[in-house]
Amino acid sequence: MGSAATATTRHRGAGRPWWLVERHLLVYRRSWSVFVADVTEPLLYLIAIGLGIGSLVGEVAGTGVPYARYLAPALLATSAMNSAMNEASQRVFMRIKLEKTYQTMITTPMTVRDIQFGEVSWAVLRGLATTAGFLVAATAMGLVRSPFALLAIPAAALVGFAFAACGLLVATLLRSWYDYLYLQLFMLPMFLFATTFFPLDRFPDAVRPVVQALPLYHAVTLLRQVCLGRIDQHAALSAGYLLLLGLAACALAAGRWRRMLQS
Amino acid sequence: MTSAHREPLLVEGSGLGKTYPAGPGGAAVPAVRGLDLELRRGEALGLLGTNGAGKSTTMRMLAAVSPPTHGTLRVFGLDPLHDGPRIRARLGVVPQDDMLDQELTVRENLVVYGRYFGLPKRVLRERAERLIEFAALEAKADAPVTALSGGMRRRLTIARALVNEPEILLLDEPTTGLDPQARQLLWDRLIRLKNDGVALIVTTHYMDEAEQLCDRVLIMERGALVAGGSPRELIGAHVLPEVLELRFTGTEHAAGCAAVKELIAEGAPWRLEVLPDRLLVAAADGQDAQRRIEARVLPRASLVRRATLEDVFLALTGRALVE
Ligand SMILES: Nc1ncnc2c1ncn2[C@@H]1O[C@H](COP(=O)(O)OP(=O)(O)OP(=O)(O)O)[C@@H](O)[C@H]1O
Ligand SMILES: [Mg+2]
Repeated sequence: MGSAATATTRHRGAGRPWWLVERHLLVYRRSWSVFVADVTEPLLYLIAIGLGIGSLVGEVAGTGVPYARYLAPALLATSAMNSAMNEASQRVFMRIKLEKTYQTMITTPMTVRDIQFGEVSWAVLRGLATTAGFLVAATAMGLVRSPFALLAIPAAALVGFAFAACGLLVATLLRSWYDYLYLQLFMLPMFLFATTFFPLDRFPDAVRPVVQALPLYHAVTLLRQVCLGRIDQHAALSAGYLLLLGLAACALAAGRWRRMLQS
Repeated sequence: MTSAHREPLLVEGSGLGKTYPAGPGGAAVPAVRGLDLELRRGEALGLLGTNGAGKSTTMRMLAAVSPPTHGTLRVFGLDPLHDGPRIRARLGVVPQDDMLDQELTVRENLVVYGRYFGLPKRVLRERAERLIEFAALEAKADAPVTALSGGMRRRLTIARALVNEPEILLLDEPTTGLDPQARQLLWDRLIRLKNDGVALIVTTHYMDEAEQLCDRVLIMERGALVAGGSPRELIGAHVLPEVLELRFTGTEHAAGCAAVKELIAEGAPWRLEVLPDRLLVAAADGQDAQRRIEARVLPRASLVRRATLEDVFLALTGRALVE
């Protein structure tokens, strides 16, 4: 009788988000394909566009960096974004609306905050795994040279955090699968135009502030500076932007989650 | 009864209420209004009420999942708003909808749910074995829950609620969808848990279940309490002790009805309920009523039985689906 109570008091609250991560690890042990797909997709872009088209482009004007080395960090940022965002929006949406996974969890000592913390941690971990895989491949291809590139790992974690938090918020805003298409309508252009493939100075003056407002622009800027080992105040600015974005999304998501789950 | 009062008080709610905020689909819903309730160790409390009466809402408040909007609530002497995790650690919850983890197998559902309570894996592996046996799901232990039948899912949900060896078990229509064997087995298990000191709160639409299982029942109607007490007390207080059931062949139904009404008009101390297929005559002495009615009209079949909780429920909440 008392064993459950003592065990739970012993654990207090600190470990609770981890138990959700543990559940996901169990599920994803059966779905390695997700991880393979996360790493393969940016690698295919890197080979086709970075090396293929890159051979026509040569160096990126004004930077002296070969195109493939210029593109690799941007793809890294994108894949950290996608794996965190997809997990947090698609899967979390399913678990909230269809599978009621969280409604079950809140009948245990887990709180809504624990669940959110767990989901964000999990998405960050997924982003990190993708980043590490991609970084190894890109280094093997000779596209990453600066030792600063190791900073890409924490940087990708930050990107993962910001987008996972956005995903948690987005998941509460989606009403059905059709709304997911609107999200794609935003994500795809952002991927194409957030200075992923070409620098900001190629955009008309009027468009630049729009590009600079995009979350992915900051993710790309941060990772590009880190991977190329050319770090200036823009890296700090972008890191700050991502941190604030993540915190704001978390705060907004918290209220909406509580209203959805604890009605 | 007196010995039960010496047991510690586990749940104490007074003036408990919950109003759901107005949504896009309609106005604010006062789902529960001014409910007083108490639960002691080893006691079984039944919550009865028509669809939408507020039973599930009450259960979710007691489970420290849904915050009350009115009144005060203490569970284990703690406030659910501030000590939710500590309260929930000692509760077992069987929700009305199964809500199993669709991405996991039967065994994983038990172990993972147990992990949410912070229980060690070693303990959980052993408990999962026992609970799989209890739920009679040995053959499906490693199947995904999507492969279970409705009744199997229900049994797994009930087993899952026991994984943390709770002190209070909240069961929201636990036996809906169970076959008679499984239902009997569950009653058996619940009575044993109760004898071990576990307190039970059960909602059900099966009055025989409430009568067998519960020391006390509360009958709710549109969110408010209409009656409460032991099944015996309620029967004594709200209905006559015996019921005569009369069935007539199609055309004679109306004639039978008229005859009983006539007798009542002449002073017979009965209460008549007219159902589409039969008449129910509540009386202090059912056999006397049977003799007197059959002297006037001859039913196709008639039967005298003791009044049950179902008669109380119907008398208090009305027979019509919507009044
Ligand atoms: N999440 C919710 N949001 C808004 N209204 C709700 C919500 N849940 C229940 N209600 C409303 O509250 C009232 C009580 O519902 P509840 O589920 O507590 O009834 P119940 O007694 O469990 O019924 P049943 O026997 O059908 O399970 C109903 O009018 C219902 O429409
Ligand atoms: Mg209900």
